[in-house]
Amino acid sequence: MKVLVAVKRVVDYNVKVRPKADGTDVDLNNVKMAINPFCEIAVEEAVRLKEKGVATEIVAVSVGPKVAQEQLRTALALGADRAILVETDVAVQPLGIAKLLKAIVEKEQPQLVVMGKQAIDGDNNQTGQMLAALTGMGQGTFASEVAVDGDSVSVTREVDGGLQTVKLSLPAVVTTDLRLNEPRYASLPNIMKAKKKTLDTTSPDELGVDVTPRVTTLKVEPPAERSAGIKVADVAELVDKLKNEAKVI
Amino acid sequence: MSILVLAEHDNASIKGATLNTITAAKAIGGDITVLVAGEGCGAAAEAAAKIDGVSKVLVADDAAYGHQLAENVSLLVAELGKEFAYVLAPATTNGKNTMPRVAALLDVGQVSDIISVESGDTFKRPIYAGNVIATVQSSDAIKVITVRTTAFDAAAAEGGSAAVESVSSSHNAGTSSFVKEEIAKSDRPELTAAGIVVSGGRGMQNGDNFSLLYAVADKLGAAVGASRAAVDAGFVPNDMQVGQTGKIVAPDLYIAVGISGAIQHLAGMKDSKVIVAINKDEDAPIFQVADYGLVADLFEVLPQLESAI
Repeated sequence: MKVLVAVKRVVDYNVKVRPKADGTDVDLNNVKMAINPFCEIAVEEAVRLKEKGVATEIVAVSVGPKVAQEQLRTALALGADRAILVETDVAVQPLGIAKLLKAIVEKEQPQLVVMGKQAIDGDNNQTGQMLAALTGMGQGTFASEVAVDGDSVSVTREVDGGLQTVKLSLPAVVTTDLRLNEPRYASLPNIMKAKKKTLDTTSPDELGVDVTPRVTTLKVEPPAERSAGIKVADVAELVDKLKNEAKVI
Repeated sequence: MSILVLAEHDNASIKGATLNTITAAKAIGGDITVLVAGEGCGAAAEAAAKIDGVSKVLVADDAAYGHQLAENVSLLVAELGKEFAYVLAPATTNGKNTMPRVAALLDVGQVSDIISVESGDTFKRPIYAGNVIATVQSSDAIKVITVRTTAFDAAAAEGGSAAVESVSSSHNAGTSSFVKEEIAKSDRPELTAAGIVVSGGRGMQNGDNFSLLYAVADKLGAAVGASRAAVDAGFVPNDMQVGQTGKIVAPDLYIAVGISGAIQHLAGMKDSKVIVAINKDEDAPIFQVADYGLVADLFEVLPQLESAI
């Protein structure tokens, strides 16, 4: 079966992002960019499904500026077969991305769509669910285990109290949690091979999707700073401070 | 202005997260209707009717909503939601699972994880793991919102007397079914609602050593959390994880033991009132946010702490 994997170009997870001084946006100049960690897990899961003989073809797709090609090349180096970039300079929001992905799904007809549960920049945690709703597919969100069995897929989900397993009929959308797998590193030969793989480019206009943002960011600001604390010498002093100064125990 | 709140419940009772969401709804202002969707959820609906500030409770009792599968519940919420200006749910795994589906069915954007209501269409929410607070304005006719529960006080669970009305519509998308559930059992308070949280990280070295934390937690009546490193190393189950991708907590007291304080962990706990860090590395980033820091070996400190409190 064909598997579609959605990947997003985001700021590297180790970078501490700061708002610009004028509060209009975050400062992403000269900041290291990378594939969103949850998307990396999605790619890895798709590749494992192929290695198990379940998946026959993996198509990686991204929505973003021209430079997002880099992240698609990474997905190709990790084992995706070909890639599609929906090129746009608009910061497309989850609903818009879900609509673009729906258009791709209609064209490609994958049996399974795997994507991250959230992007670490917007922290929205919406796109997979929205795509599932628009296409009428079942959804296995926050997946820590995925098992395809004939025309259905069992997904073990990380929920607040523990784990929940649901069975979805295919085609379905799965969003990955951190514990689903440990992504591999791309080897140099695979990175070289990835340069020869097909990367098609399309646009929201070509797909007939209106990606006008529905939610406008008026301002960004740093969170309230915590005032610097003190170091205590021993447990007795700590307990004393907690009892008499902070009065929390 | 009318507001629909999707209740978080276990069929028998309403979960605390719903009470915080009601407070967010009050901040928006307007008539508050609570939807209880489940199977055999009459008791939860009765409990919802008693919440202060709720004017009406809709109860959808149907086998299709039994395990609150998003495919089915979202169809119900989207159908009812058309009559409302706002649809709210707590940003729990349940709310995060269902609400974006509702938003897409209504063809509107969603505002996730709000931490404050600035006006009827403007909200604040954290982005980039809580390193940036964005003020966002929604232009959609129906505003679909999830609420960060730790950012709003709980509404009183008693004092209201809302009418309970049953909803007959049954939606079964037929695309998903419930198989099983493994819920971790604990006598300690729920992590997101606890007044005190004691968390362990990679420094705990193994799962057995968490008994040192449990001993301290039991004396304090605290919940026990963990960093991602502790979860990934298999010390504790993943529902204990505090952080950007785990649970967000804001207790009165957060004690971080053997946790370095990576950005992703801080995102889950830096709004705690008082933070204590116990770590033998005095350069650990956790000390930059800790009100009280103790540079020491946790294996010496924890037993001392247990006997001192």
